[in-house]
Amino acid sequence: MATLQQLSTRHVLGIKYLTEADINLIFETAEEFKEVINRPIKKVPSLRDITVANLFFENSTRTRISFELAEKRLSADVVNFSASSSSVKKGETLLDTVNNILSMKVDMVVMRHPAPGAHHFLSRHIDANIINAGDGTHEHPTQALLDSFSMREQIGDLRGKNIAIIGDILHSRVALSNIFCLTKLGANVRVCGPPTLIPKYIKELGVEVSYDIRDTLHWCDVANILRIQLERQDLRYIPSLREYAQYFGVSRELLDELDKPIVIMHPGPINRGVEITSEVADSEHSIILQQVENGVAVRMAVLYLLAAMR
Amino acid sequence: MENSRIIMNSARFGLTIRRLCHQLIEHYDDFSNACLVGVQPRGVWLSDLLHKNLQELGVNNLEHGKLDITFYRDDFRTREKPLKASPTDMPFLVEDKEVILVDDVLYTGRTIQAAMTALNDFGRPRKVALVSMVDRQFNRDLPIQPDFVGMRVDALDKAYVSVEYVQHHGQDQILLFPQKPE
Repeated sequence: MATLQQLSTRHVLGIKYLTEADINLIFETAEEFKEVINRPIKKVPSLRDITVANLFFENSTRTRISFELAEKRLSADVVNFSASSSSVKKGETLLDTVNNILSMKVDMVVMRHPAPGAHHFLSRHIDANIINAGDGTHEHPTQALLDSFSMREQIGDLRGKNIAIIGDILHSRVALSNIFCLTKLGANVRVCGPPTLIPKYIKELGVEVSYDIRDTLHWCDVANILRIQLERQDLRYIPSLREYAQYFGVSRELLDELDKPIVIMHPGPINRGVEITSEVADSEHSIILQQVENGVAVRMAVLYLLAAMR
Repeated sequence: MENSRIIMNSARFGLTIRRLCHQLIEHYDDFSNACLVGVQPRGVWLSDLLHKNLQELGVNNLEHGKLDITFYRDDFRTREKPLKASPTDMPFLVEDKEVILVDDVLYTGRTIQAAMTALNDFGRPRKVALVSMVDRQFNRDLPIQPDFVGMRVDALDKAYVSVEYVQHHGQDQILLFPQKPE
């Protein structure tokens, strides 16, 4: 039989708590699931005795559908919950809500919550495996895993490669998880954006900082472009979206200046014409839709590997 | 290899592979509607060998697939550690075909049960036959029997039979261990 391997953790709360070996195991498993989801019959019976609750206390389209598809393609039973139509509105605490759901015999919880650390809190109090699908401005581990998995498909081993994360680093959980994941895999990481949207001590995480989009694009092999998160900004961090697009938006002209290949990524949702123009988003450099496809395979791998440890 | 005993040596191994190929030719004639499917990982080593030998005997254009059954196993969550998946490479559908399923050791029958479930995801085969290098005939948990057998082995439940190949282990042979090696 093939080598026995398992993750070092029962929950996927953040990339910070995964080892490089864990990340590589997830990638290897995801490659096999990618083959499964490209078959005429896209389903395997691995999780047929598992019930997964998707708890979304914050809005989501892509992540939620991606998780739900991943669960269904592994034959798990799925229950969905969204805060907007629940007792949370009536004042129930998070722990009560989750305990009520778990008493209906749920094995795994996929949760998105606006409060950073909500998953940590839960993991200390409940028995089910927890997968973080985004906690406030903290981490979004499965997005970072699928981003790195997609990069690896394009440019091979990430060790020594130059990866730029461009945009609203301050409010982005995708940025933080990406930084953890890429540095664990040995890539050189640079963040680029307006000074107001870059956290003061970000260099402590071992990344470079740049405020020059042109120089950054020349430097990097892959540019992961993030959205300006207007919904999390209660102050005005930038004078206007128009000015942001002018100084930090990635346009066709900028890419045409480069005399080297570059991979353009975006975790979505895209604000076309702000951080990236339509021409770039739909260009041959962009792998935005491959990222979405890989998302299902990577989430299947995470669910499968955690279920195996129950 | 401590404690192990050779129960088929390299010379007999080669003869057995030849004999299995001739039996397959006798049964499937020109293999016009047949395909060979090895079960990952060790069944593929055997199906590779059969495929190569059949080619030498003049059987060309026989489709050859590799099927991984990790995600179909019924014991996936009762094992101590999860199994690592191997690639599935099935470049054809098995719809209405005569499938020759290949695995090295037929023991409890659970692997083959999982393989037949997995096979259904690539279409509805007309027939499925099973080739097994070793048939541990008294250790079965399920009513599954092979159609073409290299050798029959009667051993205790805790014993372990290992089919080894020159490309992977340096020697074509079959070994019997009193218990599964670490």
